Amino acid sequence: MNLEFKVEGGDFTLAGNASSQIKKMLKQLNVDPRIVKRVVIALYEAEVNIVAHAYRGVIYAEIDPRGVRLKLEDEGPGIPDINQAMTPGFSTASAQVREMGFGAGMGLPNISENADEFKIESEVGKGTTLFINFKF
Amino acid sequence: MSSTTYNRALEILNDVCIGCSHCMKVCPTEALRVKGGKAKIHSDWCIDCGECYRICPNRAIRVMDDDFKQIFKYTKRVLLVPSVFFAQFDDSIPRDRIFEIIGELGFTDVCSVEQSVDTLLDEEREYVKNAEKPVISSFCPAVIRLIQVRFPSLVDRIMTLLPPLEITAQYYKKRHEVDGGNPDELGLFYLTPCIGKIAAVKSPVGGYTSPITGVINMDYFFNKVYLAYKQRIPITTKVRVSGEISSKGILYPTTGGESRHIEGRTLAIDGMANVTDFLEMLENEEIEGVDFLELRACDESCAGGILSHRNRFLTAETMRNYAAQVPDTHNLVQDYKKYTSAVIHMEQIEPRSMVKYDWDIEIALEKMEKARELKDLFPGIDCGACGAPSCEALAEDIAKGQGDITSCIFLRTIYEKRGELGIDEAVKIMEKIWGDSRFDKR
Repeated sequence: MNLEFKVEGGDFTLAGNASSQIKKMLKQLNVDPRIVKRVVIALYEAEVNIVAHAYRGVIYAEIDPRGVRLKLEDEGPGIPDINQAMTPGFSTASAQVREMGFGAGMGLPNISENADEFKIESEVGKGTTLFINFKF
Repeated sequence: MSSTTYNRALEILNDVCIGCSHCMKVCPTEALRVKGGKAKIHSDWCIDCGECYRICPNRAIRVMDDDFKQIFKYTKRVLLVPSVFFAQFDDSIPRDRIFEIIGELGFTDVCSVEQSVDTLLDEEREYVKNAEKPVISSFCPAVIRLIQVRFPSLVDRIMTLLPPLEITAQYYKKRHEVDGGNPDELGLFYLTPCIGKIAAVKSPVGGYTSPITGVINMDYFFNKVYLAYKQRIPITTKVRVSGEISSKGILYPTTGGESRHIEGRTLAIDGMANVTDFLEMLENEEIEGVDFLELRACDESCAGGILSHRNRFLTAETMRNYAAQVPDTHNLVQDYKKYTSAVIHMEQIEPRSMVKYDWDIEIALEKMEKARELKDLFPGIDCGACGAPSCEALAEDIAKGQGDITSCIFLRTIYEKRGELGIDEAVKIMEKIWGDSRFDKR
């Protein structure tokens, strides 16, 4: 099954919509709750990243009997130094975003930790694409 | 009734139900449908919250309480009375008079359910210190069942301590044994303001067997007591009253009555929709740094209990007034520690899977995909004219082979417009959902 969700930059009210929808489906498919939890944590984090850092993005999700594959493609500033962004605690979030409880700088490492496979591609000035895969 | 190992607390009376669909719209697990003009419960999905009972305008839903007469099978007949019961009466009616009437109606002993709260709260504080956060209160049976069915990944957050009712019942059983009483002569009856508690006593969770003999419906019993009060029945018997209760105990079943005694960051959330929203967020790990959650299915917690007849705000007010008159501890606290500290813990609660489509993920995916396609065909107004609570629920039913696309009144109108469906057929479809006589001229 293929799903697609649009994400708008700056709209924190709707952040989490894709992860809620996917969570609901995985639960209805009786996927192991521990896997559902990992998917939701990683996807929510990645979804909020688009809202907080990019202008807009699209989340593509593919669910089949073997697992979930997620691709999050955004139009945004891109990440100049991916290694630095993958360091726990590193953050570029503004004070305003931090005040809302986001931007503690644990995003990417946390996504990677919860995923079975994780890949990141980024081009400065264009945008970032994440590939996050989970096996059932 | 469909076969299940799980005891139901609710039953639809087919001869009374008019298939008005009010219940279908309020069910938090979408466990109800209307077929042949009657509401039908999908029992594996029901969590016994009683929202359907509360809204039913025709009293077509029966509570599976126990027959009152069975109390006379026992020589020692103890009624466990929750503090909500006293708050069913106006402040002007003396509590002693209520006790006398309870005795006259057949009970030999009366005791306050929340007598064990002081001891339980001490245990809760210790428990929360060492447990994974946030700890979810184990008090509300409808919330526990909601988590088991809809939020299985959160079952391990439910506190593994017994609710006050069970601890108090254990105490009375132990005391009876210590006093040399014959266990067969003891009947422990719980006066319940809550439908969920009936199911909780009959099918307890957490590897536990309840010592409670039977459950009495509070709405029914209130009427019996109030009638006796109004008719000024003469008092001929003497009832033993174990009325020890602290202000903490009285307020424990009200909103905030539990969480305010727990250290750290705590939240008290009442109302089924509020609880469900919050559990969604908790499951998504959007909530951080909360130590304890008091979650209650009813607005104003037990003061708004399904079997509480009085306005919930007045009930809660009376409970606060009552609490203001009593000290914050009572004489039996030490005794409770001695007798019940060994039995206060229960085992981990297990999830109750709600199989939506199929156990086989391949088949489930196929059906889910079909349901998504179908959903797009429907108008999205969730009118319920198809006999399902929402367009999404109808799409799911059809994908599972339990519904038909022509049940949708919008699609049917399209078919009729195209000349693909005759009026007789359309009427037949409606009769299948809403009952045979529904469309006859009056």
